[in-house]
Amino acid sequence: MTVAAQQIITPKPELAVKPEREMISIEDLSLIFPSKDGDVHALSNINLSIKSGDFVSFIGPSGCGKTTLLRVIADLEKATSGNLKVNGTDAQDARLNRLYGYVFQAPALLPWRNIQQNCALPMEILGLSPAQQNKQIDKYLKMVGLQDFHKKFPWQLSGGMQQRASIARALCLTPDLLLMDEPFGALDEITRDHMNIELLRIWSETQKTVVFVTHSIDEAVLLSTHIVVMSPRPGRIIKVIESPLPRLKTLALRDDPAFHALASEIRTALAHEHAID
Amino acid sequence: MKQKLFSLVSLLVIVIAIWYLAALLMNGNQLINNLERKNQQWTYSQVIAGAYDVKRPMLPAPHQVGQELIKSIIDKPVTSKRSLIYHAQITLNSTLLGFVFGSLLGILIAVGIVHNKTLESSLMPWVIASQTIPILAIAPMIVVVLGAVNITGVIPKAIISMYLSFFPVTIAMVKGLRSSDKLHEELMHTYSATAKDIFWKLRWYSAQPYLFASLKVAIAAALVGAIVAELPTGAQGGLGARLLSGSYYGQTEQIWSALIVAATLGSILVWLVGIAEKVLLRRRGGLDHA
Repeated sequence: MTVAAQQIITPKPELAVKPEREMISIEDLSLIFPSKDGDVHALSNINLSIKSGDFVSFIGPSGCGKTTLLRVIADLEKATSGNLKVNGTDAQDARLNRLYGYVFQAPALLPWRNIQQNCALPMEILGLSPAQQNKQIDKYLKMVGLQDFHKKFPWQLSGGMQQRASIARALCLTPDLLLMDEPFGALDEITRDHMNIELLRIWSETQKTVVFVTHSIDEAVLLSTHIVVMSPRPGRIIKVIESPLPRLKTLALRDDPAFHALASEIRTALAHEHAID
Repeated sequence: MKQKLFSLVSLLVIVIAIWYLAALLMNGNQLINNLERKNQQWTYSQVIAGAYDVKRPMLPAPHQVGQELIKSIIDKPVTSKRSLIYHAQITLNSTLLGFVFGSLLGILIAVGIVHNKTLESSLMPWVIASQTIPILAIAPMIVVVLGAVNITGVIPKAIISMYLSFFPVTIAMVKGLRSSDKLHEELMHTYSATAKDIFWKLRWYSAQPYLFASLKVAIAAALVGAIVAELPTGAQGGLGARLLSGSYYGQTEQIWSALIVAATLGSILVWLVGIAEKVLLRRRGGLDHA
């Protein structure tokens, strides 16, 4: 039996959690995209608080603004109105201080750099020494299970391995906050299960705060401590559900009645909103 | 490979056959006119036999050009003023000098245009206008003006090469430097990368496939520029000078062999740029991402 399989079956004891502080606070945030045939209300009156160490998933149908909200936190979009604080500063300062690591839906690896060079990119920009860079790269490539792939180019890796490399790249800067935009959306279900468990392991080992966008209810339940259910036109939060499940979950938990109850609660919230819509 | 060779050889055979036919028609007519002017009798077999052996033919036959090529490449020492290698090397010097400076200038203009909106609107019309002026009109002026300030030899010719070769590089690099993936640009944004980092770590690499495509055009244009620069100035050396003296003295074999050497030189230069492209591509992962 492989080590990974053992991890899936045997639950680990709860790890100590750092004292909670507010990592992200959002008050009355709205974002309007002006367009020729009327303004688009991408986000409307968003209020949300995310504590450090939380694993928060944004879930909702396409067009509900879940990715947009993540991009606002990352300072890739500017809010039209409202307040946003990331670790006590505004989003731009948080970005300039390299507070977060962002994982896109696509791996976004540079095709002319091998995996090691790709992981080195953010650290080169930050100005770390090559020795420091290599130390981080070795550590995090090992963590995502790519320790033998330093010299491979992205096209020589499968989609799942590329996405793992992009997660390692984000971890190399050891950010407190990991922002992930449907990182496993393009993967097959088997690979996705595996990646979910890996992500839970990395999260519990590194004690990071994770904000995770998904459109899969199962994935949201399996990963999150908090689930933010969103609805489109205009993009808004319907409900924030705190998960009653343990922090570190296993795939076996999917057969647990508590898992089904939570999934059903999310499904009801989404369907209820759809009926009104 | 076999198929490629076959099509290459059959195309060559067809071209040579057409060439022989054309030589027969053009030189044969010349021959018949000469004989009739002298009121001499002529037969077709006599004309066919004579058409490929005329002194100063209107169109020399391939074997005549071949003989001239052997005479001026193999039989003459490389240092001789009658050696085509000697002349090709003179043209090559100004071609390469003009190509290097033209490419650098082209890249520099493109970088300026991409990073500065004002430069784009002020510089681009001049860049385009520069290429609408016939090079044959401007080449003698450049040579004469520079000659007046005692700049002669390779420099004026290289400037004309540069003038022709910067343009394709500028156009391609403006597009290439703007071709980087939106996702990669956002990635750099999340790293709070400086403009310098974005240029050297992202844009410069995205532009490379465009750069090499334009370098192939630029090096061929630089060769044309160097030859044109040798034409109007009575240059003593260079393939252009060979073309000019050939046409002065009606030495059509000399003209044709200089043309063939110029074409071969051009092919080799473009091929070399292609090799450089392949080597670089292999170093950066062996996959063309563009």
